[in-house]
Amino acid sequence: MNKVWKRTYTYYFLLPAAIIYLIIFILPTFMSFFFGMTRWTLQDWTYIGLENFKTFFQESSLNIGFKNTFIYAVVTCGLKVVFGLLLGVFLTSKIRTKNYLRSVVFFPTLVSTIAVGIAFSTLMHPTEGLINTTLASLGISGPDWLGDTRIALLSVAFVDVWKGVGFATVIYIAGIMSIPEEYYEALQIDGGNSWHKFWNIILPLSRPATNAVIILAFIGGLRSFDILWPMTRGGPGFATDVIASIIYKQYQAGFYGLATAGNVILFLFVSVLAFPLSLYLNRREVDL
Amino acid sequence: MIRSIRRFSVEVAAVLASVLIFWIPLYFVFVNAMKDKRGASLQSMAWPASNHLWSNIREVIQARNHMLIHAFVNSAMLTLFSIALLLLVCAMAGFVMQRRSDRVTPWISFFVLAGLIIPPAIVPTIWVLKNLHLFKTMLGLIMVEVALAFPFGVLLYRGFMGAIPREIDEASVVDGCGGFRLFFQIIFPLLKPVNATIIVTSSVAIFNDFTNPLYFFPGSKNATVQLTLYNFMSQFVSQYNLLYTNILLITLPPLVLFIFFNKKIVAGITAGAVKG
Amino acid sequence: MGNPRFGKSRKYVSVLSCVLLFAGLLAGCGGSNKNDSASPSASASPSVSASPSESASPSATESSKPQDKVTLSVLTDNSQDAVNVAKALMDAFHAKNPNITLEMETRPSGSEGDNFVKTRLSTGDMNDVFFYNSGSLMQALNPEQNILDVSNEPWQADVIDSFKQTVTMNGKLYGAPTNATMGGGWFYNKKIYANLGLTVPTTWADLTANNKKIKDAGITPIIGTYKDSWTSQLIMLADYYNVQAEDPTFAADYTANKAKYATTPAALRSFQKLQDTVGYMNKDYLAANLDSGIKMLAEGKGAHYPMLTFIIPTILQNNPESINDIGFFAQPGDNTDKNGLTVWMPSAAYIYKNSQHVDEAKKFLAFIASPEGMAAVGKVSQPTGPYVIKGAVIPDNVPQVVKDMLPYFDSGKTAPALEFVSPVKGPNLPQITVEVGSGHRKAVDAAAMYDKDVEKQAQQLGLAGW
Repeated sequence: MNKVWKRTYTYYFLLPAAIIYLIIFILPTFMSFFFGMTRWTLQDWTYIGLENFKTFFQESSLNIGFKNTFIYAVVTCGLKVVFGLLLGVFLTSKIRTKNYLRSVVFFPTLVSTIAVGIAFSTLMHPTEGLINTTLASLGISGPDWLGDTRIALLSVAFVDVWKGVGFATVIYIAGIMSIPEEYYEALQIDGGNSWHKFWNIILPLSRPATNAVIILAFIGGLRSFDILWPMTRGGPGFATDVIASIIYKQYQAGFYGLATAGNVILFLFVSVLAFPLSLYLNRREVDL
Repeated sequence: MIRSIRRFSVEVAAVLASVLIFWIPLYFVFVNAMKDKRGASLQSMAWPASNHLWSNIREVIQARNHMLIHAFVNSAMLTLFSIALLLLVCAMAGFVMQRRSDRVTPWISFFVLAGLIIPPAIVPTIWVLKNLHLFKTMLGLIMVEVALAFPFGVLLYRGFMGAIPREIDEASVVDGCGGFRLFFQIIFPLLKPVNATIIVTSSVAIFNDFTNPLYFFPGSKNATVQLTLYNFMSQFVSQYNLLYTNILLITLPPLVLFIFFNKKIVAGITAGAVKG
Repeated sequence: MGNPRFGKSRKYVSVLSCVLLFAGLLAGCGGSNKNDSASPSASASPSVSASPSESASPSATESSKPQDKVTLSVLTDNSQDAVNVAKALMDAFHAKNPNITLEMETRPSGSEGDNFVKTRLSTGDMNDVFFYNSGSLMQALNPEQNILDVSNEPWQADVIDSFKQTVTMNGKLYGAPTNATMGGGWFYNKKIYANLGLTVPTTWADLTANNKKIKDAGITPIIGTYKDSWTSQLIMLADYYNVQAEDPTFAADYTANKAKYATTPAALRSFQKLQDTVGYMNKDYLAANLDSGIKMLAEGKGAHYPMLTFIIPTILQNNPESINDIGFFAQPGDNTDKNGLTVWMPSAAYIYKNSQHVDEAKKFLAFIASPEGMAAVGKVSQPTGPYVIKGAVIPDNVPQVVKDMLPYFDSGKTAPALEFVSPVKGPNLPQITVEVGSGHRKAVDAAAMYDKDVEKQAQQLGLAGW
């Protein structure tokens, strides 16, 4: 690169962003590796080595935290891909209520997360909630959606999907609409039906959209606790605790060192799962 | 004929399903915001016998010395300034990141990508802000919002910048433009589509943000609108009617944005993309 | 993005998609936290009642000489009752001291609020006066560094000793009581008791027998409200009178890391009692919250509700007609002779050590800790138990359910809850007691788990012996 271009594309352009990003994000991230190894009151700290990490792994609710985090991420991600794709296909087909349906599906993504959590936990109340009273009038006795330790996490995941599927759908709509007409024309000449259209054209050619949905929904799922917290707060007991909610509880308890250690663990957990996944998907995308 | 009937019935089913799945929760919040305390605590779908919406709104606004109004001012400022700063720093950084490639650029990309994945370290961030005397200040919170939104903002700009031909730069440089003039006079105006996307999506995200104000901007004078939900959730006086009214009020701004930019958000994205 | 002029739409779409979803992520990152109180006392704002003691000795607070106008800022938690109490005290004080203006700020209650207060103190901008729990929560605030020592104030002579020990650290006193005490025990429905011919139990076996009979009669024996998970701790915490009756040195040994819940039989009993209640609760106990529990109690839909007496004002407000159907007894132990009540001490007003207005703040505390101050508080809410200020008496017209507590006080059979005599309290107790109460974890296992949990707290506090 010659001098003119170096001067034109000067790194000074990066300066404002770099200052904010380094100080507010990168620096605390590096510091967390140190403070994770201390007992910390914000005012002063004592170095205790790997003690916090040991505690974190001995905490019997942390084992369930790893498992729950993984289940939650896989379930929400999977459902968002499936429903996003189906809705995307449906909402790009020739229907009259297309605009209305697109708006409705997208709307929940704009509503405050905490509000959604509160509203759904009332709807899911086992005896007075609307879902179970409706089921009861049909003669079905509904489960305790958020109280039954076996399904509570899935109930929360369902609400997450309800709120987040709009984004996935929009991505798929964009992806599907960018598929050139020629492919469909070719298929028509070959006499393919709509199943062929879906299987042989839409599915493979909306691959970039699928990758985007998978990566984003998966990482989001691993880090998420915003919907979970107002709905179950990790309960009943520790049944729906995810790593993020465990960290939050340590923070609330004033265990700043321990909370920071938890942050480091979450960081490693997400990295170990998300980096390889994103590399894998990106490689496949290039092949396409 | 059969096909069109089938298609029609599928469509009717879809509309019905949308009512069931998406409208009923919203209706539930709305209808309970219209009830009095006792009525709302029943948590039913029934239409209220008498409409208490206005008195509920008045009560919600007056609660805690008009905290909701302060909160709306705070949230509006937070959203506006964060977005403005975000657009500027992301566009500038995205420009250089896309145009340059030397030994440093992969590292920059790495750090930016890492930002998409790494969960922010909250307590150390508080510590840093405290030492900079930015903790519990609007400026501090704005910086946090910008820092956390920066990675995907910059990726969007970088991606879009790739579609702006380099010939434009070359022509300007030949005409004697420096880097800054090239960027602000020629390139930035071409970035309108990305700006619009960021404005719409990030403003909703920042307006709805709950965690960051809670951690980095505590204090009842500092509250943002999401934090006002605290007012009605004290645990032994559950004022559901006021809680739902509050939810309704804080959902209004995104709703208005949605109504005005609906086309832009949903149809616009897709139509623009397919024609482009 | 009307019509991008450039090609490569596919690429743009995928980048755009990325951004959209990431925006979703961000929106998603907006967590949401209701106030989850880790401990009953953390949230309980016991309402204090009218003691119409007009004769109250006008305390040393009398504004002697008009000075410059001063504004004191006061921090309290945002529960309605706490706000009312603070406002009543502030207004009454301001009426007597017109040159001192007071400004109220509210904070979240529960553990969210604990964190709020700690953060305020550590960042060096606490309000002049703040209302906060007494006992272990106060001791966790590092009082020597943060709170003004008020040991030598004249009004300390009016404060009863059992309260003083809860605001003491290393021999220094830090706070003035803002409220009356409250009891932790069992509310019961007298109508159900009368209909089934039951008597108030004085041993745990009697109580269990009552529960069986009530269940056989088709009535819910125990109201569970585990949605507010802190309420699940009540049986375990309210058992502390029995623990200390059996093992008087438990608190000291426990603080010194010499006694454990899992290995001290009297303490383990607390978890076992909770385990005994499995199967006796209402069907929706995991989804019910405190509010609905109070309603169930008042409407007779459940026979017992293990709870703190701070719910009495709420019953009076929402279901005044049924207040006389409700009685209260202490959580029974295994021995009739040793039946006594576990008491929760009121929260206190503290002065921030670096306050610019120490003298005015001291005046305010002196006013609070006077019968007159208690009378002002009493005007805005109902009593939940006796006061801790000498000369402040609860009036005769309080409901019978409050009077049910008095015999325990009169006969000296009360003990402060463990959290007021030991700084060691684990943050995960609510989750653990939910697991025990819902039958997912056995008492022994839970006690061991809790012992592990408190270790972190003790270490964080830097206690000797951990």
